[in-house]
Amino acid sequence: MMLKAARGAKPDSFRTESAGDKVLDIIIWALVLFAVIITLYPFLYVVSVSISDGAAVARGDVLLLPKGFSLDAFGMVTKYKQLWTSYGNTFIYTVFGTIANVIFTCLGAYPLSKKHFFLRRPLNFFVVFTMYFSGGLIPTYMVVTGLGLYNSRFAMILPVLVSTYNMMICRSAMSRVPSDLFENASLDGASDFYMMLHIAVPLIKPTLAVLTLYYAVARYNDFFNAMLYLGDAALQPLQMFLRRVLILSSSEILQQAGTTGAAAAAQNTLKIRYVCIVLAAIPIFTITPFVQKYLIAGTMLGAVKG
Amino acid sequence: MNRRANEAGSTVVYMARHPLRKKFVRDWRLLLMFLPVLIYYLVFCYLPMVGIVMGFEDFRMGSGFAGLFTSKWVGLQWFKQFFSSVFAWRLIRNTFLLSFYSLIFGFPIPIIFAIAITQLRAKRFGKVAQVITYLPYFISTVVVVGMMTNFLSPSSGIINQMIVRMGGKAVNFMSDPHWFRRLYVISGSWQTFGFNSIIFVAAIMGIDPELYEAMNVDGASRWQKIIHLVLPMISETIILLLIMTLGNLLNVGFEKVYLMYSPAVYETGDVISTYVYRQGIENHSYGYASAVGLFYSAVGFVFVVTSNWLSRRMTGSSLW
Repeated sequence: MMLKAARGAKPDSFRTESAGDKVLDIIIWALVLFAVIITLYPFLYVVSVSISDGAAVARGDVLLLPKGFSLDAFGMVTKYKQLWTSYGNTFIYTVFGTIANVIFTCLGAYPLSKKHFFLRRPLNFFVVFTMYFSGGLIPTYMVVTGLGLYNSRFAMILPVLVSTYNMMICRSAMSRVPSDLFENASLDGASDFYMMLHIAVPLIKPTLAVLTLYYAVARYNDFFNAMLYLGDAALQPLQMFLRRVLILSSSEILQQAGTTGAAAAAQNTLKIRYVCIVLAAIPIFTITPFVQKYLIAGTMLGAVKG
Repeated sequence: MNRRANEAGSTVVYMARHPLRKKFVRDWRLLLMFLPVLIYYLVFCYLPMVGIVMGFEDFRMGSGFAGLFTSKWVGLQWFKQFFSSVFAWRLIRNTFLLSFYSLIFGFPIPIIFAIAITQLRAKRFGKVAQVITYLPYFISTVVVVGMMTNFLSPSSGIINQMIVRMGGKAVNFMSDPHWFRRLYVISGSWQTFGFNSIIFVAAIMGIDPELYEAMNVDGASRWQKIIHLVLPMISETIILLLIMTLGNLLNVGFEKVYLMYSPAVYETGDVISTYVYRQGIENHSYGYASAVGLFYSAVGFVFVVTSNWLSRRMTGSSLW
């Protein structure tokens, strides 16, 4: 009753609040707006440059919105074969890598979630210890190349088969599944494998969705393993291609497009680079907004109590 | 219920009497299921730990991994060489400062942003802002560094075009050692603040609405509500995350530094992991690079163990 009366006396709206609160409200508004602008601006600018007229870009006229309209840079980039080779490679690594990641994560997480499993504690320690300590770059490089994985597609999948952190998240999700479900199935003669597949996995679907997303993004963005283990351009993923074009030099595309002369090169270099960024960001920007509901749930998974 | 309890009880007695072999018989399927993961960890995580021995050897690549057993033992020679070199202090300093500035600058921003977004009156705009600001988190390091490099380019970059237009002189940001840390920290913060704010937003949303009501009754201003209600309520989350971040303090992103730096900015940009990469992979000084890498892993180990211990003591929870 009291609360209601109080609220009636001081309705919670901008118009009726005190001057100090109004100032704070405006500051908050400005802060959030600023955050949105600095996040969006680089992307909008990149898109604008990529579709603007080359001469306007070279003059530096494009600041936010496109000036003129020309898709010639898209033409040059999409005609360049290496782009599609690397896009295809990234597709392969992302799809197969993610599938392998999720399967192995479940296989590892399920036994570790079983309280009665007699090796649970030692294996748990065995796995978690790798989060504390690692052999380091050089010994890992030796092992991977020693296994003959240099210039092999498996180098993009096997060394990053399981993320310990993700497996721990999966484990705690599985251990929250009511044990009665497993006991009953077990009395009916169900095997552990069957129970994992038909009880544990379906019940932790939201968690698995988040982990799948994290894994897929990691595989899509993986540059490190490619740089270390893939010297052959025919096997390299998109990120390697992007590094060459964006950071080192775009001359390869200009040359194949038959662009000659310093002026034409200057006009097109920036556009070509920004086209590449647009092409690389499209998959991420189209998928993540759709899975945002899982994402927000996902970041909460990190705080595993143990 | 009673029957199950009895069964459980008898299982315990049974297990106590019939040790290991019986347990294997009972749990072999779980073990089999774990086996592929076990092999992964043995090969890709533990075998490299064995490979640390390289740091004490004059390792030659020709013999492959087997060279571990045939290479000449040199003891602490590589460690002595590293610590007496001019690079040691620079690398340790750069690694530490890069993480330290990232923490000082990068840690408070998500908290401030989370408070702003939850205090915003326009709720829908807040939601949209949240979705937009965490997008950069999913963009690859290559693209982020690529955008930065091109925006800052002395000839065609938009930033320098603006500077020149306003009558200034173009700055070659990417090859200026004074700018390296700032660029690293700012771009890192730009990429992660939205995503890192999600956990704080959730903590703030979890605050009981009645507490706000109670403060309304007391006539508290919005500012007072933030200071005396919101901040105390999320302090545990803040402390927990701070400790976790401290644990990974020295885990400077190799990829990003590698993509950003050039010999011109080694003075401030070269970190331990990039040095290990250059010495090992590019110069083939495998033994020396492994030794430096081992030093790095060991320091990291101390940090993580300490932070986890702190976390358990202060908040009762830890990562595992």
